[in-house]
Amino acid sequence: MKLTGAQALIKSLEMEKVDVMFGLPGGCILPAYDPLLDSTIRHILVRHEQGAGHMAEGYAHVTGRPGVAMVTSGPAATNLVTPLCDAYMDSVPMVAITGQVSRPAIGTDAFQECDTVGITRAVTKHNELVMDAQDIPRLVREAFHIATTGRPGPVLLDLPKDVLQEQMDWYWPDALDLPGYRPTIKGHPKMIKEAARLIGEARRPVLYVGGGVLKARAAEALRALVELTGIPVVTTLMARGAFPDSHDLCLGMPGMHGNFTAVTAMQHADLLVALGARFDDRVTGRVSTFAPDAKIIHVDVDPAELGKVRRPDVPIVGDCRSVIEELVEAVTVAGGAAVQADRTEWLATIRSWQAEYPLSYGDPDDGGPLKPQMVIESLRDACPDDTILASGVGQHQMWASQYWRFNHPYTWVNSGGLGTMGFAVPAAIGAKVGRPDRLVWAVDGDGCFQMTAQELVTASAERIPVKIAILNNAYLGMVRQWQEMFYGERYSEVYLSPDLPDYVKWAEAMGCAAFRVDTPSDVVPTIEKANQIDDRPVVIDFRTDSSEKVFPMVPAGASNDDVLTAPGQTPGTALRRQAGRS
Amino acid sequence: MTATHHILSVTVENKPGVLARVAGLFSRRGYNIASLAVAPTDDERFSRITIVLDAESAPIEQITKQLFKLIHVIKISELEPGRAVERELMLATVRAEPASRSQIIELVGVFEGKIIDVGAEALTVMLAGQPAKLDDFEDLLRGYGLVELQRTGRVALARLERNTPRLRAVKGKVG
Repeated sequence: MKLTGAQALIKSLEMEKVDVMFGLPGGCILPAYDPLLDSTIRHILVRHEQGAGHMAEGYAHVTGRPGVAMVTSGPAATNLVTPLCDAYMDSVPMVAITGQVSRPAIGTDAFQECDTVGITRAVTKHNELVMDAQDIPRLVREAFHIATTGRPGPVLLDLPKDVLQEQMDWYWPDALDLPGYRPTIKGHPKMIKEAARLIGEARRPVLYVGGGVLKARAAEALRALVELTGIPVVTTLMARGAFPDSHDLCLGMPGMHGNFTAVTAMQHADLLVALGARFDDRVTGRVSTFAPDAKIIHVDVDPAELGKVRRPDVPIVGDCRSVIEELVEAVTVAGGAAVQADRTEWLATIRSWQAEYPLSYGDPDDGGPLKPQMVIESLRDACPDDTILASGVGQHQMWASQYWRFNHPYTWVNSGGLGTMGFAVPAAIGAKVGRPDRLVWAVDGDGCFQMTAQELVTASAERIPVKIAILNNAYLGMVRQWQEMFYGERYSEVYLSPDLPDYVKWAEAMGCAAFRVDTPSDVVPTIEKANQIDDRPVVIDFRTDSSEKVFPMVPAGASNDDVLTAPGQTPGTALRRQAGRS
Repeated sequence: MTATHHILSVTVENKPGVLARVAGLFSRRGYNIASLAVAPTDDERFSRITIVLDAESAPIEQITKQLFKLIHVIKISELEPGRAVERELMLATVRAEPASRSQIIELVGVFEGKIIDVGAEALTVMLAGQPAKLDDFEDLLRGYGLVELQRTGRVALARLERNTPRLRAVKGKVG
């Protein structure tokens, strides 16, 4: 069967079971948009290519299937660089299709030409310039395979216009030939056994759970491991929801803005079992003083993560789900719960930290502006347990992670590694497309919102009823917090104004329902009103207190021993010594 | 002898952009390359990149793991300097006045090099050998006045273990 390259591309995407893609056409990708008219694939027309990328990410976060973005050459491809980098940092499976100038024009600085493959090489797991239409089915199949296996990530295919136009003989490859790509899935049995031994002996263990557990669909396996061993769990920013916050043994988020107990339990641990986590600087604080007495079991599908930051005592390369299941088996064989070391004292210490240093903030009814934390708590309590929450980057993101209760995997969509402001709106849209059955809220900052808000036009046009809660404190809040705390309250270029733009009018202009809330008593009724609206997006402009800061906090470069708790809480050294650190 | 350098022999798919991927990875992660040589292997589907790294500054394990993540990288061998054969090629054009010309010719003879081009006032000489030998030769030539000099960077292969033909193993994996 003869097809054009463009037809082969769309057919290949259908073969990969793509049901939706996010994109925006232009000159070089034009040929691919014609067969799309006859395809079963739903195309969502974005207003900016960055939006297409983040939507693809949001879709991938909640479904586990690769998100697909398709855009044209040159400026469209460069607009995709941020989401590609974001997906690369957070290991999000994604396939990007970019148009390219025709082959004879490549290298001539033609109109809308850029070296897309060169530019995106450092921000993709793999990319290819397709120079022959005959290669399209094979390269599409390889792209999806690479994007979704091993450590997931973005893969980009760059397609010159004349490649899309030329004829090819259709085929679908039934086997892959990638001699340089063979991810290790099964953990090494000897290492698993050794890990099970260390787990059994540890008196102060902590399971340090990262995003890899979600990527490996390992939440159930993790739960079995926790139930078997009784070891407390911290879930990193990328792993919120991998283990339910409602569980007794969940200590919440560790790291720079983690809660005191999660941070301190890791510091005092004698064993850290890192599962799909990468010892990010936002988790470890100063590396030389991070968890100084802990032995490390490090499980990751990416061998390069083992020993990159901290040398593990037991390195295990493998898929988290497979390895955790093997660990459960090995612990059971070794005697199971009955032979675990006595951890009564450890758990009691943890309970005392939890009692003494809960997350806290000032009185929400003090007559001042809304407390942002209260807004998030109200939103949480007014929404079903399985609501999907997206966020941008900054204070609101940290509060969302701290104050939401994540009881289900794949309910938290956020930009962790790259920290991409403007992520929330498009990512929430992508999430809602992937899970139309779920309520999808985005908690966004006013600074973030202004970066990508135009995608609400997309959401209105495509009838994707996402809901956005802007915590409008009129500042680039996290920067303001650092300037207050570390730059002597010298505020430089952080003020944004609460009224400019008028968020309600702006949202309405984009086809959304919109509300403004500035008194505590209006918070819940307005959220309830928003939850009733299902035919268009909703935006709520919450006027929040700009002086609120995110606590606890480990200042950049400081040791996690020196976590600053909320005003009014002073961690006593006596208490910290109690844990029996030598 | 303590190793002053690491040698990585990297078998890659012979595809456009592979060298850029490898070089890009080094620059992005802040690793320094001391020398680099690339050429196709006997199997045209694959090329071999021989990378020499300074032993002190290079986190060799991390570099190897990161390199291996590149889809087009098939195999990486670290060649320990003592257990590898290393060679490098140098071309040098050196000033050769009538008075010094015979000395240079003699020097080339001693080092077992070759004279590959002869001009009125200069000679172009070639020497292949151990990098250290090339260093010595270069120093000696410098005294006569170097006009131009080009070295290839070293290429290396693992020393053959008499009983186990290692090259077979490479082919077995990829073929």
